[in-house]
Amino acid sequence: MERRLDGLRPGDSAVVKAVNTNAHLRRRLQDFGFVPGTLVSCRYLGPGRKVAALEFRDTVVAMRTEDLRDIRVVC
Amino acid sequence: MGPLITRRIQVAFVGCPNVGKSTLFNALTGMRQHTGNWPGKTVGMAQGRHRRGNTELVITDLPGTYSLQGASQDEQVAARYIAREDWDCVVVVCDASCLERSLILALQVLEKAKRAVVCLNLMDEAKRRGIWVNQRSLSQQLGTPVVCTAGDNRQGLEELTQAICTAASQPEREPLPRWENPVFAAEEMAKDCVKKDGKDHDFWRRKIDQLLVSRRFGGGLLCLTLFIIVWLTVWGANYPSELLQRGFDSLYGVLHGWLAPAPTWFSGLLLDGVYATCTRVAAVMLPPMAIFFPLFTLLEDVGYLPRMAFLLDPAMARCGGCGKQALTLCMGLGCNAVGVMGCRIIESPRERTAAMLTNAFVPCNGRFPTLIVLGSLFFSQAGAALAVAACVALGVVGAMAVSGVLNRTVLRAQPSSFLMEMPPFRRPRLGKILVRSLADRTIFITGRAMKVAAPAGALLWLLSYTGLLTAIAGWLNPLGLALGMNGIILLGFILALPANELTIPVILMGLSGSTLQAAGEVSPGLLLSAGLTWQMALCTMVFTLYHWPCATTLMTIYRESGSIKKTAAAGILPTAVGVTLCFLLNLLL
Repeated sequence: MERRLDGLRPGDSAVVKAVNTNAHLRRRLQDFGFVPGTLVSCRYLGPGRKVAALEFRDTVVAMRTEDLRDIRVVC
Repeated sequence: MGPLITRRIQVAFVGCPNVGKSTLFNALTGMRQHTGNWPGKTVGMAQGRHRRGNTELVITDLPGTYSLQGASQDEQVAARYIAREDWDCVVVVCDASCLERSLILALQVLEKAKRAVVCLNLMDEAKRRGIWVNQRSLSQQLGTPVVCTAGDNRQGLEELTQAICTAASQPEREPLPRWENPVFAAEEMAKDCVKKDGKDHDFWRRKIDQLLVSRRFGGGLLCLTLFIIVWLTVWGANYPSELLQRGFDSLYGVLHGWLAPAPTWFSGLLLDGVYATCTRVAAVMLPPMAIFFPLFTLLEDVGYLPRMAFLLDPAMARCGGCGKQALTLCMGLGCNAVGVMGCRIIESPRERTAAMLTNAFVPCNGRFPTLIVLGSLFFSQAGAALAVAACVALGVVGAMAVSGVLNRTVLRAQPSSFLMEMPPFRRPRLGKILVRSLADRTIFITGRAMKVAAPAGALLWLLSYTGLLTAIAGWLNPLGLALGMNGIILLGFILALPANELTIPVILMGLSGSTLQAAGEVSPGLLLSAGLTWQMALCTMVFTLYHWPCATTLMTIYRESGSIKKTAAAGILPTAVGVTLCFLLNLLL
């Protein structure tokens, strides 16, 4: 089932399908190895669900949920 | 003297942030680069030497970077250095406990570097987490030597230097074939070379992590942590400060006896000027720093700082900033100049400018003594700690509000994204924390303050001796009174431009100026007897919080921004806020 990455709840995992964020963020994510095909899981959500800690490739990365809206994943 | 150096090898350490490059660098060179468990700790380049027989390795520690096309300033430093090609060997430092991510950068570097060594660092952590790396297979696939190290325990250093020497003397290696996509190539290699035992080694760490950043408790725990640090600093500093001052005072008596045959002006200049100012500065600043820095370094070492940025990002986002700015504000608590330097980790240039200009709104350690002394005027010790904590909070609010205004008006910053790695918790290395925070930071900053305290003390005494001090103070008095303070206090702030630690000693000397009273405890009683009212003290506290940054910070802002305009703005902004607030307070009280 395809959905947006900000829809992931803590503990859920999914595979990245498309990264449609702004070019700058896409580039940065790529540096981290976050590209289509990457298995990603949600570790926890921060205050007001505005930030999320995502885990992929043995790395935990903090991102804003508003940026996660532009990332499509497949569960 | 060792054997003659016949060979010199230029080595560069490159790697992702927080893989322990600086720890390795320190272990090899015997230097003391600051290290900490958060990405972006090292923002500049450091160079050190390591002797191995008749070979000398000149090692450059580059700031961590996730890729060679990085956007933030500290990352570009690394890319530019690699492109310059005046090194003999590049050491790509990888995190053995999450090799896949490290390999993405390693492959990019190996495409460019003709002589390289891959170093798998943090082997001890990998072992703890049940991760095993096939060194030989990795070496074959990468076409470079691979060395395993654990910088913390100084393991594998010998092998590493050996590999560097061998690699540097070999003919240039065939550059790797351009990888179609380094991300997938790294994934393939990691799949091939890394074995995990499949057990959950991080259960408790994850639980603690979850609690620390949880929506329900995270914010409260953050405030509590900061409050405990401030409280311990204020409460713990009180007694040693008194003790130090008493010691200095008795020494003053002895010195006074010795200098008795000398002319009065000579002993006055030396003892009442230089000695009294220096010792007062030392007595008020050493104890708080000796408590604050180890505690802060502990937080840094464990890895709490990135969690703090995570928790504070939503609040910072509302002011047009990001969580990384919260990190620089925290560093500013130690020293604003360090906080300004730390702004390099912020990618967006406009947000970075806002962060640099507002860093000095957060009271640095040098301003703690002033706040502590004034706070204890009205309150008991616990109350004084609370007052100082309130000042810190007020400083953070001020910094956020002003950067919010700046971002929306002058800078017109585009809302940017926030992306930050959260490293795993690491066990703090207590011994190292103590050495590092006491020997490096505390002594370094005290030394810096002493260097300006001595001439400032002499100048102050001369001004006082010639009666100029009273004249200038009298001239400043109307302005001082309008701001709820007086001329002496305002002069104190002006004369303390080189270092904020000078404020209280200068004010004390000024208040007791007519009698040229020398050393003496920095006690609230002395201030009260000199005619300080509580309204004055309150305004002074506010002005301590919001006034021009010290000269070191201003110089750092100039160096970092390269702009006189921005440096001036950094001086004017907090002063404007302070003047306005003090003026209003004076009207109200």
